[in-house]
Amino acid sequence: MSTSTTVGSTGPVGGTDEERTGGTQAPGRRRRRQQAHNVEASSHHRGPAWTVAGYVGMALIVLVVAVPLFWILVTSFKERGDIYVRPAKWWPDPATGQNYSELTTRIPFFDYVRNSVIITSATSIAKIVLGVISAYALSLLRFPGRSVVFLVVIAALMVPNQITVISNYALVAQWGWRNTYQGIIIPLAGVAFGTFLMRNQFLNLPGEIIEAARLDGAGPLKLLWRVVMPMSWPTLVAFALITVVNEWNEYLWPFLMSDDESTAPLPVGLTFLQNNDGVTNWGPVMAGTILAMLPILVLFLLLQRQMIKGLTAGAVKS
Amino acid sequence: MQSSLTEPRSAAPGSGGPPPAVGPPPRRSSGRAWEWSLAALLLLPNLVLLIVFTYRPLLDNIRLSFTDWNISSPIANPVGLANYVEWFGRDDTKVIVRNTLVFTVATVGISMALGLGLALLLDQRLKGRNLVRSVVFAPFVISGAAIGIAFQFVFDPRFGLVNDLLARIGVQSPDFYQQPGWALFMVTFTYIWKNLGYTFVIYLAALQGRRADLDEAAEIDGASAWTRFRRVLMPQLRPTTFFLSITVLLSSVQVFDIINVMTRGGPQGNGTATLVYQVYQETFVNQRAGYGATVATVMFVILLAVTVVQVRFMDRGKQS
Repeated sequence: MSTSTTVGSTGPVGGTDEERTGGTQAPGRRRRRQQAHNVEASSHHRGPAWTVAGYVGMALIVLVVAVPLFWILVTSFKERGDIYVRPAKWWPDPATGQNYSELTTRIPFFDYVRNSVIITSATSIAKIVLGVISAYALSLLRFPGRSVVFLVVIAALMVPNQITVISNYALVAQWGWRNTYQGIIIPLAGVAFGTFLMRNQFLNLPGEIIEAARLDGAGPLKLLWRVVMPMSWPTLVAFALITVVNEWNEYLWPFLMSDDESTAPLPVGLTFLQNNDGVTNWGPVMAGTILAMLPILVLFLLLQRQMIKGLTAGAVKS
Repeated sequence: MQSSLTEPRSAAPGSGGPPPAVGPPPRRSSGRAWEWSLAALLLLPNLVLLIVFTYRPLLDNIRLSFTDWNISSPIANPVGLANYVEWFGRDDTKVIVRNTLVFTVATVGISMALGLGLALLLDQRLKGRNLVRSVVFAPFVISGAAIGIAFQFVFDPRFGLVNDLLARIGVQSPDFYQQPGWALFMVTFTYIWKNLGYTFVIYLAALQGRRADLDEAAEIDGASAWTRFRRVLMPQLRPTTFFLSITVLLSSVQVFDIINVMTRGGPQGNGTATLVYQVYQETFVNQRAGYGATVATVMFVILLAVTVVQVRFMDRGKQS
């Protein structure tokens, strides 16, 4: 899986010709032409000491990230008694799946999974559809006040959820929507970032293709579905992935809305597991966190290029 | 940013001289009203959601901050500035503001510095860097609640990973559960561990878009590595640094999941409580929604002010 092209794909890699001539503070030296190779080649000028330091740095960061994850994984396969020993065991001996089966019997684990799947897919679909149609209207349709509407949409990015929860909680509770799926999903469905991302994408499409489709008599919906969308898949996939990850991990709002397994998604369910015993029984808890992490990590490993593209697109544009 | 908001056309940046931007549809007279209503139809659902669940509560929150509302009762009595007077006078406010400051400054500063360092490292031509890039980024996609719960055990003072590592070098593990300072360290570390991948990835993208020739030219002119970093690289990364300083600050200040699952704002009452946690605690645990709304309003004003200062700072940097 190559990430090297990944991140670079959102912006120009190295210096393009245009950039090279367009600089203001470039100390113009005669050998510039020959120097204009890829950025990364510059490491060749450094000595072996730099290279060694580089590998040491890489090893360190891998250890810092991987060791805790390894520890959590190993713990989830340990027998109960083996978790509470000193010095700690770094390998489950004997390995047991007991924590995983205990997880499914002590709490309604599959109910949380079901809720997570329902909430994540419904919210994501709503956000993707709303993001695409809003972006379409804001980029390819003409109407008065378009820039004001756009401003209203993206200024919402500046309002933290944490400030809106009190009033939203009151409103949703008043509608009798606590412990319902719609109570969790609908308040989360408005989309600002995705609209911004898709609008940028649509504005970057070649104008003459869209003109040609219009002259061929394509109506706006046909234009969106047959012309605009097929050219925008990579951005849409990036937007969809970020949305799915965010919704799967969403915590505060479902935590306030759900009291039990009827609607609580996995991250909230794990908190219930943690609370169940005064002294936490870490084996099943670790098994639960592993299972909560797993789907997203698999998705990430398969589609990290697209995911990173979505994240960096927002940054590069502004 | 400003220009891209008011002039949609100019927001389409084309690096390689792209074809002209999308123009207006050719039929103007007949299709106009029809086009307007289609636009309204497409935009309305999203606008309604944003207005009802983002802007309305933002304003309603300010109204509630002047009441003694208890979240469940239908009645909220106006109390004027009493909540604000109380907040500014209370002892726990100092602790909570200090916690928020320490947590935010540490997470923003460290994750940006480390993210840049890692981006510089993994931009070098080193074998296996693709794998390491994935490893660094992976924690960012995992649920904060799951990480928080798992790291609670990692930091367990008796049987945790940190305790085991420290014991191997003969050091007694601090009590991360009971000592407020160490508890704050624990949540800060966990937050940075989870979110480092974000600053890393954004800086890496910026590095790959930088101009290699400037650096090469400075090197030929005999500039030291430090000078090249400070005078050539950092100015080019300025927009990225600015973008990150705002987004990372906003998300750091908002952190709830990790603190809630790891410490519940404790130990000793408010050892790791931040402003956001106080909003939750006062509103939903102590049932003082009016007071909670006051904290939320104060927080929003502070965030707005900080953002405005950051934007000003950035603009001034651009001009000079």
